[in-house]
Amino acid sequence: MASWPSPPPYNLVGKHGVSAQTNHDDRARFNFLAALNTHLATHVVPGNAKAFKVKVEPEFIAANGRAPKDRHEVRRAMLKNPHFQTWSALRRSSMEMRQQTGREIVLRQIADLNARAAKLNEGSPKLKLDPKFVVPPYVAKVDFHCMPGGYCDEVMPNDVSAAANYDIGIFATTAGGLGKFNDGAGNALAGWLKKNAPDLKPKRILDLGCGMGHSLLPVAAAYPEAEVIAIDVAAPLLRFAHARAKSMGINNITFVQANAEHVPEPDGSFDFVFTTMFLHETSNTAIRNIINETHRLLRPGGLCMHLEQPQFAGLPPFEQFMRDWDAFYNNEPFWTRMHDMDVDQLMADAGFDRTKMFVSGAQAVVDEEIFGKQKDDVEDYGRKASWHVFGVYK
Amino acid sequence: MSASDKTPIDYIALSGAKPRGKRPYFFEDPAVERVLAITMAVAQEVAVLHERVDTLERLLEQKTHFKRADIDSYQPDPEAATARAEWSRMYIARVLRIVQQELEALDKLDQNYTLDDKAEELGRT
Repeated sequence: MASWPSPPPYNLVGKHGVSAQTNHDDRARFNFLAALNTHLATHVVPGNAKAFKVKVEPEFIAANGRAPKDRHEVRRAMLKNPHFQTWSALRRSSMEMRQQTGREIVLRQIADLNARAAKLNEGSPKLKLDPKFVVPPYVAKVDFHCMPGGYCDEVMPNDVSAAANYDIGIFATTAGGLGKFNDGAGNALAGWLKKNAPDLKPKRILDLGCGMGHSLLPVAAAYPEAEVIAIDVAAPLLRFAHARAKSMGINNITFVQANAEHVPEPDGSFDFVFTTMFLHETSNTAIRNIINETHRLLRPGGLCMHLEQPQFAGLPPFEQFMRDWDAFYNNEPFWTRMHDMDVDQLMADAGFDRTKMFVSGAQAVVDEEIFGKQKDDVEDYGRKASWHVFGVYK
Repeated sequence: MSASDKTPIDYIALSGAKPRGKRPYFFEDPAVERVLAITMAVAQEVAVLHERVDTLERLLEQKTHFKRADIDSYQPDPEAATARAEWSRMYIARVLRIVQQELEALDKLDQNYTLDDKAEELGRT
């Protein structure tokens, strides 16, 4: 049995050199949000399927003589259902409370956090920021998952607050599902590689859209001899990621401010290229450019992998509708389009061989003694700490 | 730790800032959404107060004198954490009772009679 029948208490979340300091009541606020999100996922989410089956679908059939043909018809019908309204209003409120709770902690100590990051980053050749860098509009103009100001927000010069807030609040959104250092996905990826690609001895690894590096660190740690390049467009994330990694003793990563559509690295220069929860925060045009770049950057025989939520093709309209909630109500504008795309076709267009493509799954790997084992029977549509993997060997 | 007076920004206003993009409202009347959002924020603070009282009680069981900093550095042991988590589950279930009952009503459609109808039916027995 898992040690905790509920989310673990926030005080077990790991601390590193740029962790925001929390007081008793900050942690209690996160504990409440984790418990609320667990309650919603366990007891309220399943009511949507019930309401659809018992009320919404029969009424739709009575009015139209047929079942809803796609997720958009399901959504328009469900928007009138009181249970969906209640769950959605609670979920949106929970996201907003999570942001306020995290920002209050981080912004009141912003000067100290920025100073700690600056001290760890000072003079490092492993942090390469470009003051003239132009952030692509699909990131610059969107406040993903209700983060005011988005990833690039700078309340003051050399700011890391957006990243620090992102880091401390993942616990609440996933109810502890990503583990002590929010590295459950990275651990899963490193474990997948060890099991499924034991002969991969990468000399150079590339993480596209590394964010604050939480999913990257276990991969970098799994290949300590490898040179790891991690790129992102957001300077606050990179400053924080570099300081965080350094304080945790991971020193083989160079963090570079660059666009994943045009990576400043030579052709065929990487053995392993990956993304985690990144492609859905790009755009129709960008995703094609990024997949093309992965082909250009990989050496022959190299491996490319992407961790995302499942693609929609083949899922029933109701499940697609549930998985699409964030696209409409949690500031993820590209989410719905990305999950409709034929990613195999994108990879084939980039030059990859269809016979070398694969799909797989990955479930968060966390310290089960502390953070418990993920419950397989609870599906929180877009929040669950497990992922769809698609990839290809060049 | 207390809020830093040296922070040169209005961190309280910034903490509650609105993200870009139109906020979705799910209920027909936005006032319902507004009241729900305020109610859940209050529910969060009630949970915070309860956890603080629980911490004070557990510290008092250990020693009669302690400082405010001891509250901030308090680490619940597994037994305390389990008890606090169970309280949270009960508390949230109490706050969201009506949601549970509305879902049960969908499960038990034959029980959704009015008392008038039932009185009429039972009157004939």
